[in-house]
Amino acid sequence: MPKIILRSPDGNLHTVDARVGASVMETAVKHGVPGIVAECGGALSCATCHVYVSGSCLERTGTAEDFEDEMLDDAAAERRPNSRLSCQIRMSDELDGLEVEIAPEQ
Amino acid sequence: MDTAETGTLIIGAGEAGLGIAVALRNAGYTAPVTISGSEADAPYQRPPLSKEFLAGEMDEENLLLRANNFYQDKEIRLLTNAHIEDIVLDDNAAGGTATTSSGTEIRFDRLALATGASPRRLPVPGADLDGVCYLRDIPDARRLRGLLPEARRVVVVGGGYIGLEAAAVARTRGLEVTVVETFERLLQRVAAPPISEFFRAAHEKRGARVLLGASVTALQGSAGSVTGVELSDGTVLPADLVIIGIGVEPRIELAQKLGLDCGRGIIVDDAARTSNPAIVAAGDCTMQPHPLYPGELICLESVQNAADQAKVAAASLLDGPRPERAVPWFWSNQADIRLQIAGLSAGFDDYVIRGEPGSEQFTVLYYRGGRLIAADAVNSPHDFMAVKRALGKGATIDPADAANVGVQLKTLIRET
Repeated sequence: MPKIILRSPDGNLHTVDARVGASVMETAVKHGVPGIVAECGGALSCATCHVYVSGSCLERTGTAEDFEDEMLDDAAAERRPNSRLSCQIRMSDELDGLEVEIAPEQ
Repeated sequence: MDTAETGTLIIGAGEAGLGIAVALRNAGYTAPVTISGSEADAPYQRPPLSKEFLAGEMDEENLLLRANNFYQDKEIRLLTNAHIEDIVLDDNAAGGTATTSSGTEIRFDRLALATGASPRRLPVPGADLDGVCYLRDIPDARRLRGLLPEARRVVVVGGGYIGLEAAAVARTRGLEVTVVETFERLLQRVAAPPISEFFRAAHEKRGARVLLGASVTALQGSAGSVTGVELSDGTVLPADLVIIGIGVEPRIELAQKLGLDCGRGIIVDDAARTSNPAIVAAGDCTMQPHPLYPGELICLESVQNAADQAKVAAASLLDGPRPERAVPWFWSNQADIRLQIAGLSAGFDDYVIRGEPGSEQFTVLYYRGGRLIAADAVNSPHDFMAVKRALGKGATIDPADAANVGVQLKTLIRET
């Protein structure tokens, strides 16, 4: 199972196992990682699962496109070049060890 | 027995029930918490059932809201397949005893109702034929998903969100799809005429047929399976699959048994307390006042409300500070169309259309007494986010400027 390492807004690190095909958001919520609200459950409608992908991982996840890109413009926390909505990052074996920081406000 | 905390019983294992349990634990509540749900599954997301799950893009494990070990870690006792048959309250106290249909007794000193809603049944002959489906829970969706590959002609009864989402999934699979709506426009209960008209055109453009002002009088069948839908004008629409989405009814039977005030739903105040202040309720089963819509009791059937009201309910159970109420919002995905709704448009006296509906990217902003109350944003996330933010801080957007697509809505937000 690919692992995800999330830094929550309180500074704690959480390492969770993801199913291949599950999103980073789903995996974090299912394990009760604090900081991701995910009101819409992954429908790309609320911008409350905002994360910053660590620099070395961004090449593997890719950057936000189209609708996600527009939603991120209006997210509660600062938009950065490595901003993603974590519901739109699907886990694969290639993403094993993915590191993300959860945005301080959702 | 009188001093020890026997714990909290939450009846209903949907978004609201889970939300109450999580909020109690997050607030540091350490007494036992039991969630009792009548379904076989642990709490799961309902919205994808008529969207990604039905389309086969999501599996059942994806639907689950929490991993199994979450419940153990948080010491939340989850009972599935549990029907609460009876509740007896203690004299002069908030506590009591609930009994499940299998005879299990659950003692509690705090009680929360999150009983949800049931799909309204189509009251016509033939509604129990094979091939007639509702869409509310996992078994419904699983069954429908299994029938789609064999189906050719689909009739969707009801032009609300669930019906239109299911119609879009069926049509995307290339099936022949007819939507039958009793009212003269789609989404009549929840949207303004330009949105209704837009969705009619959008579904027709994608190859579905939309019949408005048409009521179903019977479902016809052969050898136990549905073969057609009979309308009041005598027309028969051939069908091998019928999907019924004609709204929901809040489940209020237990609340009534407890003597709580109920209208269409369980009546709660802005702290999610029922008419018995020791008992809270949250989610689709409730009718509530809302600060943005004074003087009314509203039923909000949405994930956002369930999650938000659950936090309020948990705070009330613990007599803690009340969380701020969020702006109601909703979404619907139909084929490649994303509709995002901020606020409640009911009671609008004016609206502004921003953008061109024919381009499938536009927003309708709703006003009452000159004040912004809601927006329906079609493929327009910036507009949605701007209106949600404006409503959240009690601000407005001047209707005279709102139609100008050359100016971003968020720059027009005006504090009042």
